Amino acid sequence: MTADAGQTRLGEAGAGRPAPKIKTPLLSPALRRRLSAIGWGLVSVGLFAGLWEALWFFGMVNPLLLPPPHLFLSDIPGTLKFFDRSNRIGSVASGVGVWPLLFTMGSTTLRVLVGLSLGFACGVAVGAAIHYVKILRNLLLPTILLLAPISPVAWLPVAIFVFGIGDVPAIFLVFITVFFAIVLSTGAQIESVPKNYIHVARIMGASQRQTFWKVILPAILPSLFMTLRLNLFAAWMVVLIAETVGVGTGLGQITSMARSTFNAKLVFFTMAIIGLLGFLSDFALRQVQHKMLWWIAPNQGAAR
Amino acid sequence: MSRPAVSIQSVSKRWTPEGRAPVQALEDLSFDVAPGEFIVLLGPSGCGKSTLLYMIAGLEDVSGGTIACDGEPVTEPSAERGLIFQEASLFPWLTIADNVAFGLAVQHVQPVKRREIALETLRRVGLGDMLDKKPDELSGGMRQRAACARALAMRPKVLMMDEPFAALDVQTRARMQDFLLQIWRDSGASILLVTHSIDEAISLADRVVVFTSRPGKVKTIVPIDLPRPRESRDPRYHAYRDLFTELLADEVDRAFAEQETV
Ligand SMILES: Nc1ncnc2c1ncn2[C@@H]1O[C@H](COP(=O)(O)OP(=O)(O)O)[C@@H](O)[C@H]1O
Ligand SMILES: [Mg+2]
Repeated sequence: MTADAGQTRLGEAGAGRPAPKIKTPLLSPALRRRLSAIGWGLVSVGLFAGLWEALWFFGMVNPLLLPPPHLFLSDIPGTLKFFDRSNRIGSVASGVGVWPLLFTMGSTTLRVLVGLSLGFACGVAVGAAIHYVKILRNLLLPTILLLAPISPVAWLPVAIFVFGIGDVPAIFLVFITVFFAIVLSTGAQIESVPKNYIHVARIMGASQRQTFWKVILPAILPSLFMTLRLNLFAAWMVVLIAETVGVGTGLGQITSMARSTFNAKLVFFTMAIIGLLGFLSDFALRQVQHKMLWWIAPNQGAAR
Repeated sequence: MSRPAVSIQSVSKRWTPEGRAPVQALEDLSFDVAPGEFIVLLGPSGCGKSTLLYMIAGLEDVSGGTIACDGEPVTEPSAERGLIFQEASLFPWLTIADNVAFGLAVQHVQPVKRREIALETLRRVGLGDMLDKKPDELSGGMRQRAACARALAMRPKVLMMDEPFAALDVQTRARMQDFLLQIWRDSGASILLVTHSIDEAISLADRVVVFTSRPGKVKTIVPIDLPRPRESRDPRYHAYRDLFTELLADEVDRAFAEQETV
């Protein structure tokens, strides 16, 4: 045993060192870190808003084109009336309330959620099938490689031709955004599962099925989740595009209407909502990741 | 004499990797392992020691000859023939207890029973209080002991180890050797251990199988007639060390010469 500092002579190692007094901090370190993150978040956003407000105050931006936050947030009842459930360009709701707004946010979020989940599940299934079944690999892989680089936005007309106007084209676009990425990543990740994991499974007598569910899938899940998170923001972008064109409800529809009616306040209000939802969904996905992939230390890919 | 735990007869292995020249890894290899015997495999790297273990485990096919365990030809892997690698290869998504009970879970043993066996096995390897830890919370030596526990939980008749302590530091290594001898005694399993270390071979083995360089054959088999625990100060220990050093030097020279002519 050696002392941390100073010398240790023979015979006195570890003798009678007083136990260090441990001070119990007021807040746990985790909580402190979280509070500090929230604090900096507020400062950052505050600074951005403050700068914008200042530019407006000194007359350097036109409030009709770039209304600062206090303007587009002040007239919330006025803005809310555009979130009618039957919102069509120019339509104004008779009754004003938060429900139409929540409904609009909800329908967009739901489309993202459903599209992501379907894309993830189907992507893993197809990716695994392609990896394990040679005939499927030969049949499907070339086409998938051809389709994968096509921007999801380019699929929009196809989606509308095939599915018509409604929820499905928007969901389909989100699906496309993650599907190909997950298919390709699944194959690559299965390839890179340590051989010894498979050997252990075989020695223990695991069937192919057990090996897949108990070894391969947990081994590849962290990277697949990372792929999913990387594509989350892209999913938010495409859902808005789909909504401006092919759906008839949702935040994208509102932005599009705001733009054509030249309603800058509504544009920025919707943008703020979209930003908030994107942030919250990333946060939610991180929480899911944290719960489901508990064995990954928070600094190994799980954070940020 | 009783039936050998492992019987290796005229075994050869030819690797035919895609797009590369085939490699004759092992050629006409024969030896038996008695039940409860401790065999160390010693040889220059690339001579096919790992390949042999994989074939005994049933993970790879032989190209010629036969391998039988307890009189039964090896056709597929079995938990009766445990294999431990240089890295512990514990599943990071399972707790230590669940890792140890993995084989039992695969065989649909009830969870309560599984945990009981995991606890008992982990106690035997000195990890009785690590049940609910994650693998990456353990030190290298502890992880390797947990990997042993995972194999031991299946009550193997043969325990194979491919350079299991090579990645550990010197102090841990010495402790692990004592640990291994103890495991060996109380499990009654035969052990086949691959090592680079001559000292490890002399400290542990009943018999040391020395391989030639590739293609690997049995160069000689040396029984270690020293009482345990073995003292490295013993002059006979030194004699063994000199013997193995000489045996290996020949082979390493040969391997080198071959590499230069290729
Ligand atoms: N999966 C494999 N495919 C092709 N060649 C292999 C494979 N595994 C091992 N070999 C070759 O077989 C020979 C013996 O390898 P190995 O058994 O790992 O040797 P050792 O464990 O004694 O160092 C080496 O030349 C190696 O390149
Ligand atoms: Mg090897």
